[in-house]
Amino acid sequence: MKAQEIIRSIEAEQMKSDLPVVHVGDTVRVGVKIREGEKERTQPYEGVVIAKRSAGVTQNITVRRVFQNVGVERVFLIHSPRIESVTVLRRGKVRRAKLFYLRQRTGKSARLKQRFDREI
Amino acid sequence: MSVGILGTKLGMTQVFDELGRAIPVTVIQAGPCPITQIKTKETDGYTAIQYAYGDIKVKNLSKPELGHLKKSESAPLRHLTEARLQDVSEYQLGQALTVEQFSVGQLIDVAGHTIGRGFSGYQKRHNFARGPMTHGSKNHREPGSTGAGTTPGRVYPGKKMAGHYGDEQVTIKRLHIIRLDTERNLILVKGAVPGKPGALLKIVPTNSVGKR
Repeated sequence: MKAQEIIRSIEAEQMKSDLPVVHVGDTVRVGVKIREGEKERTQPYEGVVIAKRSAGVTQNITVRRVFQNVGVERVFLIHSPRIESVTVLRRGKVRRAKLFYLRQRTGKSARLKQRFDREI
Repeated sequence: MSVGILGTKLGMTQVFDELGRAIPVTVIQAGPCPITQIKTKETDGYTAIQYAYGDIKVKNLSKPELGHLKKSESAPLRHLTEARLQDVSEYQLGQALTVEQFSVGQLIDVAGHTIGRGFSGYQKRHNFARGPMTHGSKNHREPGSTGAGTTPGRVYPGKKMAGHYGDEQVTIKRLHIIRLDTERNLILVKGAVPGKPGALLKIVPTNSVGKR
């Protein structure tokens, strides 16, 4: 086997197969597993995907939301066992691969149009 | 020096541990390395084992090299290396060294050649600061002063200057083994190792000096 095939086979063991297709501009809800002492619970985090990076097991998404007037961005390794679920709530219409321009915008101008040609 | 193994760097990826943390790992394909010669006090003046790695076509080896490998009845192999030992009695000629000698969690040293960077300037090779690029400056990527004037009247040896950078042997010490695959002869090591994918690496159990 060639080097890349071996590395891909190591990654394939850890990759999730049930993840939805996430595009930049989508609004998603990410279930994050949190340990509190001995107990484990899932905390939902909702926001707009403003960037996707890398491929394979290292693939990650940057999810932005404005919480109490403070912009919060979290990067999720979507194949990580700490991520319980990723659900797409709304498909957004965007013309860029990276939506960093949303950081400078607030209120009405920070909205994204919905697109209906992609299934949720 | 302890017995190790020779291998090839395949590339990097990441794996998740039981707590869900992402660990950066280098995938190394190592061995099996047949023992090609056992050196003894009587014949060689010291005791050591010699082992080989790396498939090669028969036509690319010289007759003396093939003759040497024939003694241990091993396939044509490219690289030979040696490990000096106090006691060689437990090793036989032709016996294969595999990744099974290592265990998960063990600390290892990985030696290899760094990526060659050719003839490099001061900034890349020695992390010198750059001069101003504008405002009439002509001192863009120059070294500055190389020393005093008439006394001593020469540049001291060892002065950092531009020149060949990279492609030198480096040992990265105390790397953790994260996973072993004895079927495919793979070692997953936490962190980076020298060279590009395809580079030859020597992996040995870590050589700790003093108390840790």
